[in-house]
Amino acid sequence: MADPREEFVKGLWRENPVFVQVLGMCPVLAVSNTARNALAMGLATLFVLVMSNTVVSLLRRFVPKQVRIATYILIIATFVTVVDYVIQAVSLDLHKALGAFISLIVVNCLILGRAEAFASKNPPGRAVLDGLGMGLGFTFALFCLGAVREVLGSGTFFGLQLFHDGFQPWVVIVLPSGGFFTLAGWLLLFNAMEKRKRARVAAEATS
Amino acid sequence: MTSSLPQEGPAPVWPMYRALVGVGLLCGLLIVSVFEITRPVIAHNRAVALQQAIFEVLPEASSSQAFRPVDNGGFAAADVGEAGEGLYAGYDDDGALVGFALEAQGMGYQDTIRVLYGYSPERHAIVGLRVLESKETPGLGDKIEVEPHFQANFERLDAALAADGSTLAHAIEVVSQGTKTSPWQIDGITGATISSKAVGAMLGENAERWIPEIQRHLSDFRDAVPAAATGGGE
Repeated sequence: MADPREEFVKGLWRENPVFVQVLGMCPVLAVSNTARNALAMGLATLFVLVMSNTVVSLLRRFVPKQVRIATYILIIATFVTVVDYVIQAVSLDLHKALGAFISLIVVNCLILGRAEAFASKNPPGRAVLDGLGMGLGFTFALFCLGAVREVLGSGTFFGLQLFHDGFQPWVVIVLPSGGFFTLAGWLLLFNAMEKRKRARVAAEATS
Repeated sequence: MTSSLPQEGPAPVWPMYRALVGVGLLCGLLIVSVFEITRPVIAHNRAVALQQAIFEVLPEASSSQAFRPVDNGGFAAADVGEAGEGLYAGYDDDGALVGFALEAQGMGYQDTIRVLYGYSPERHAIVGLRVLESKETPGLGDKIEVEPHFQANFERLDAALAADGSTLAHAIEVVSQGTKTSPWQIDGITGATISSKAVGAMLGENAERWIPEIQRHLSDFRDAVPAAATGGGE
């Protein structure tokens, strides 16, 4: 079995859920219009992912494989409901901003994917590490998008005015289409970096 | 599970029941506990948010009281929880009536917009507006919440009654940005035409419904100084 640390690290970068696996695009595109929303959505997903991974892993011998998907969805939906109430208790403004997207965490294929592909086959310790890594990777990616979209689309960062009055924000960037543009930009950057790295490794191997 | 493999036929049912019912029970229990724990906090947050909005549209008020219409005409004090009409009277430190905060709602571009506006019976004008809930397009429609020149419309928007007191003298209307000429007109927002018109329409409708009633029964509110002051703004 791989080094436990590896379970944590892989989600951050090498198997980043957004930039590499391209999973969970619905929340990625929908709520990444400001840095704050993106961060909150990322953290909510992180919490649900860690909790569902833990429970799925603990119950992995108890749940027959015929009903596993139903059970996973039940567990995920429970934690999403919990997050929904907790966010309302913490800040109504935040709840207003995240709106319908909190309930959409249930169908975020990243969470079900990790439950099915990893947590149901691994002990709880590794499942938690995997959930933390994937969740943080997801949060990081969402934040990358949110920061760019807020700066270009609204001229602010975490609500702080960045530019002089003369700056005309690119409204299109905060609209849904802007989500696609920004995501494409980041994917381009990540793939270019990956390609250069591979070329360098290949060059080192031949020399 | 490997132990069940040698048996032929359909998979055993009992483990499936056990798993689904067991997990369902645990999940239900968890949700109910979290709901019970967070409910008072959420109710408190909502009350605080509403209270803040009331004080924002009625800056002179230091306490407020919800009202509801009664059957034989006029108004009576209501508990905050039961008031479905969204009508609040604001009082200053001496218990004198300073104005009203009214909730209005209407269809915006995406979904229902809910606003709270302040009405001053002495100035015969709408004196403030705050958006409580809107899902308008970020960057376009949501300018109704932040655009300074649009918000400036509601510092003093004429809502005087006609001579017979049954209707507004001038219906509230939204005009294109920069063409406001009369105190009952709302200077709209270019790029948020539908959203700003929606705000104007819901204001007009709500004011037309309540303001004549309020003016007719002003004494109902003057007599009902809140028993327990609900505390000042922070």
